[in-house]
Amino acid sequence: MGALAEAWTLLLGGDRETWWTILNTLRFSLWSTALSFLPGAPLGAALYLGRFRGKRAAVSLLNATMAVPTVVVGLFVYSMISRSGPLGGLGLLYAPGGVVAGQAVLALPLVAAMTFTGLQKLDPRYHETLLALGAGPARRLAAILREGRFVLLQALLGAFGRVTGEVGVSMMLGGNIRWYTRTMTTTIALDAGKGEFERALSLGVALLAIALIVNFLSHMAVFDE
Amino acid sequence: MQLRMRRPVGPALAAALALLLAAAPAFALGGRESRAGDPAAAVPTPANPRLRLATTTSTENSGLLAFLHPEFTKDTGYIVDVVAVGTGAALKLGENADADALLVHARALEDAFMANGHGAERRDVMYNDFIIIGPAADPAGLKGAKDAVEAFKKLDAAGRENGAAFVSRGDNSGTHVMEKDTWKKAGVAPAGAWYKEAGQGMEQVIIMADGLAGYALSDRATWLATKDKTELAIVFEGDPALFNPYGVITVNPAKNPAINAAGAKAYLDWLTSGRGQRLIGDYKMGGETLFFPNYKPR
Repeated sequence: MGALAEAWTLLLGGDRETWWTILNTLRFSLWSTALSFLPGAPLGAALYLGRFRGKRAAVSLLNATMAVPTVVVGLFVYSMISRSGPLGGLGLLYAPGGVVAGQAVLALPLVAAMTFTGLQKLDPRYHETLLALGAGPARRLAAILREGRFVLLQALLGAFGRVTGEVGVSMMLGGNIRWYTRTMTTTIALDAGKGEFERALSLGVALLAIALIVNFLSHMAVFDE
Repeated sequence: MQLRMRRPVGPALAAALALLLAAAPAFALGGRESRAGDPAAAVPTPANPRLRLATTTSTENSGLLAFLHPEFTKDTGYIVDVVAVGTGAALKLGENADADALLVHARALEDAFMANGHGAERRDVMYNDFIIIGPAADPAGLKGAKDAVEAFKKLDAAGRENGAAFVSRGDNSGTHVMEKDTWKKAGVAPAGAWYKEAGQGMEQVIIMADGLAGYALSDRATWLATKDKTELAIVFEGDPALFNPYGVITVNPAKNPAINAAGAKAYLDWLTSGRGQRLIGDYKMGGETLFFPNYKPR
């Protein structure tokens, strides 16, 4: 297993490009997680609180959008932010902003769906009590987000895990540009294709570590309830 | 409701959010940050210092661009963002104005690109050649072929009769265009389980051909950069029909105001300057020259 040994050397020896790639990935992920969480969590909560016709259809639609492949999200966002597209003037394509925008679009339905599903596990009497007390929609939204904060934590971590591990959006919208838009997953795709498995493996190990930490934190959040 | 003991999740969530929001600006996303790996520019930074080059996997993966671009940055101050795709995709990026300059190798497609007004200027830059690689034992018997057309006929026969695999780029890259042209000249429409359209870059295709103990058409530069990772060998080379010329194109700035026309022009001029041409010829891997400069000023 020479490749695995070399992978450890790259990680532990502090190889500059390997660590730059890891930090850059986290940088993109933090931004896109925040951008998807801020509208996504209230959206999921509003769906939970809302009493309206077509709610079931809205939930089905949300679950369906969650299953859209990353490359389709990438293609859609690409057509938007291409210089010849409607948002071309922002200069996002093949730049960090494009990766973040694409990842945020990818994670938004996930955040909303995880929030919605998680809140459904709350005691329904909590919401009924709020209604009985005559709380308005804004008060109810605030109260339910507070009560369901562990749900939000899970949604946050879920989004972070999703965007950190995806490759389709990062590749299509970032272009895998060295020292600029390269991420852990696009590097793995590139290096594995070139037959250079050492760095691919070292980044794979780092990705696995991140996934484990995120899942552990997520598990803790559930356990606490 | 029953009394529940629970550790405070609220503060944890608040802390996580605060960390996110606090950390995010520290990781500012501005496009101007200097890149860790770039050498400091020795000349004043141009007004629009980022130049986007859409190019083929062969120039990027052979290491040529990583060798040339630090010198270009030193001379001009421009930073080159390389998007490495197939020639077909690179031309499409130019057509959509999503690249400022192109470095590609499919002359017929390049000429059509210029004729349709997508490009401002095109110049010859360099060439190498295509080769056919395959198992050293050469079960299809390509080593005896007198030209590329005969070699491709042998590939077709060996594929249909013995299942000897051929891995095609299948991505409309310059290499794929050359492959399709050669099949056409050989009067063969390749089909069947032996003919595998990978839809991937040159190095991926070489690695796949190695895994399948099959054949593939490759540019020489990528092959030289990849061969040590495989057990394959060159089984056919030397036909002038497999000549592989590269051209540099500046995208027509009239297409979109965001195009970095000054940067693209500087790149085209630099690649075809005496210094750029000399550096291209200087680049070697394992003692072998990968690309031969061939710009001729008119």
